[in-house]
Amino acid sequence: MSNDHSVSVLGVGMHPWGKWGRNFVEYGVVAAQDALADAGLEWSDVDFVAGADTIRNGYPGFIAGATFSQALGWQGNRVASCYAACASGAQALNVARAQILAGLSQVAMVVGADTTPKGFFAPVGGDRPDDPDWLRFRLLGATNPTFFALYARRRMECYGATTADFARVRAKNSRHGAANPNARYPKEYAVEDVLASPMVADPLHLLEICATSDGGAAVILTSNEFAHRHLGQTASTVKVAAISTVTPTYPQTVIELPAFATDSAAGVAVTPTPFRDSIAAAAYEEAGLGPDDLDLAEVYDLSSALELDWYENIGLCPEGEAERLLNDGDTEIGGRIPVNPSGGLECFGEAIPAQALAQVCEITWQLRGQATGRQVEGARVGITVNQGLFGHGSSVLLTR
Amino acid sequence: MAALTQVPAIEGWFTLDPDRPALLGSRCTTCQSLFFPRETSFCRRPGCPGREFTETELSRTGTIWSFTDNRYQPPPPYVSAEPFEPYAIVAVELEAEKMVVLGQLVPGVDIADLAAGQPVELVLGTLYSDDEHEYLVWKWRPIDATPADGATQEDQSR
Repeated sequence: MSNDHSVSVLGVGMHPWGKWGRNFVEYGVVAAQDALADAGLEWSDVDFVAGADTIRNGYPGFIAGATFSQALGWQGNRVASCYAACASGAQALNVARAQILAGLSQVAMVVGADTTPKGFFAPVGGDRPDDPDWLRFRLLGATNPTFFALYARRRMECYGATTADFARVRAKNSRHGAANPNARYPKEYAVEDVLASPMVADPLHLLEICATSDGGAAVILTSNEFAHRHLGQTASTVKVAAISTVTPTYPQTVIELPAFATDSAAGVAVTPTPFRDSIAAAAYEEAGLGPDDLDLAEVYDLSSALELDWYENIGLCPEGEAERLLNDGDTEIGGRIPVNPSGGLECFGEAIPAQALAQVCEITWQLRGQATGRQVEGARVGITVNQGLFGHGSSVLLTR
Repeated sequence: MAALTQVPAIEGWFTLDPDRPALLGSRCTTCQSLFFPRETSFCRRPGCPGREFTETELSRTGTIWSFTDNRYQPPPPYVSAEPFEPYAIVAVELEAEKMVVLGQLVPGVDIADLAAGQPVELVLGTLYSDDEHEYLVWKWRPIDATPADGATQEDQSR
């Protein structure tokens, strides 16, 4: 399929990740203003705002599009607010892209920001026995790391992965993130440090599980025509070549947060497509590109071991070979296909509605050659991949 | 002290047979698709217009798909014993249903002794108690930790 659906990324901005304890709106506004400055545009140039929602900050969080518009100054722009858990940012980006491609918007702003409590993510409060997310805590005590650890153990059982392999993912990402000014944990860890940290959910240690963070990220998207008018040329402009927001297909045969069980595949003739394999595949198909075209990837490393799953899910190597890819140095900066040059979630922690946008910010900086201290030389094509609770795929392909 | 009354931690998800408890799913009467937790109002199989379901007991035995433990106290609504007791969670493949179901592992089993493919069976166990009730939930228990020499895994699960 030829790519007739590209839009231009004129600006990106982030508020540094941390545990700042302030209102999420503040982080979003900082990121939005940085993105506008990066684009060389004014707030008054923006005609559409898509907000990635947070459910942890009261009503303003549920209506992020309007919340950020009000904070930047009401000007009658159109808004959308999108919730898809960790994939909220990709949904907001997709809505903005659709507005632009429909000719209804010239300059769209996409913003996500979050303020998070300490410790495990817990379900929304109250007694809600018909909410699977509430029930998995109540009946099983199945936290998010429980699911990450089940996948990690599965790699050990199926492919002979070791805890040292997983720790090497964290060590690699810590080297990547050490120079990233937006990372919450810009600190290098050796494999021994990782393995010496407390075990949280066997086989995963504390340093291998994504923390919860405050942070904000914003992207300014425009039509390619606007970009050309504004810049005079677009030869080096980063473009969004594809956005995937796919759901799983029935029957879903891999256990996923927050479910108690997979679908039953009994009596179903079709070979089920694993959900995580389908996410990037939809982006590749839309852009007419494939894994061989990539120069780098930002994947959702909720745990060290999950990063290895993603190598296979996005087609960097066949199933069962991710450990070899890692141990050969292919996914380190300077290797064949660097993964998570930003340092990934392990260096950032998760600011849910901002995270998919933060991935887009990083790829944009990489494709422009602006990723100081962590640059993937000559990068021209990058992919993000992410997954939101309850079946939200998220993948963005960016090109220069 | 009076004995606690045993009640399910959730209604209608499993039978209370003390010896042979089973998870309760629902089967679409139109396309025969099976759901756990049960669907009661609409069939989730694409294209199936089914609205009627029959209650179906799931297989009581399966094999381990993966396993882990929880070393730190989870947040509410999990009700933790005081002091907090770490517990293990297993994902179990049911062969006939072609599905994977989660559950806590019975206490007292070291997960270092577990492996994928190991047979387990469903039992009832205590999730938590209050002054009057003991709340029951399904748990998985290894059928036999050490298969006898020459015995196949299939023999063990029978």
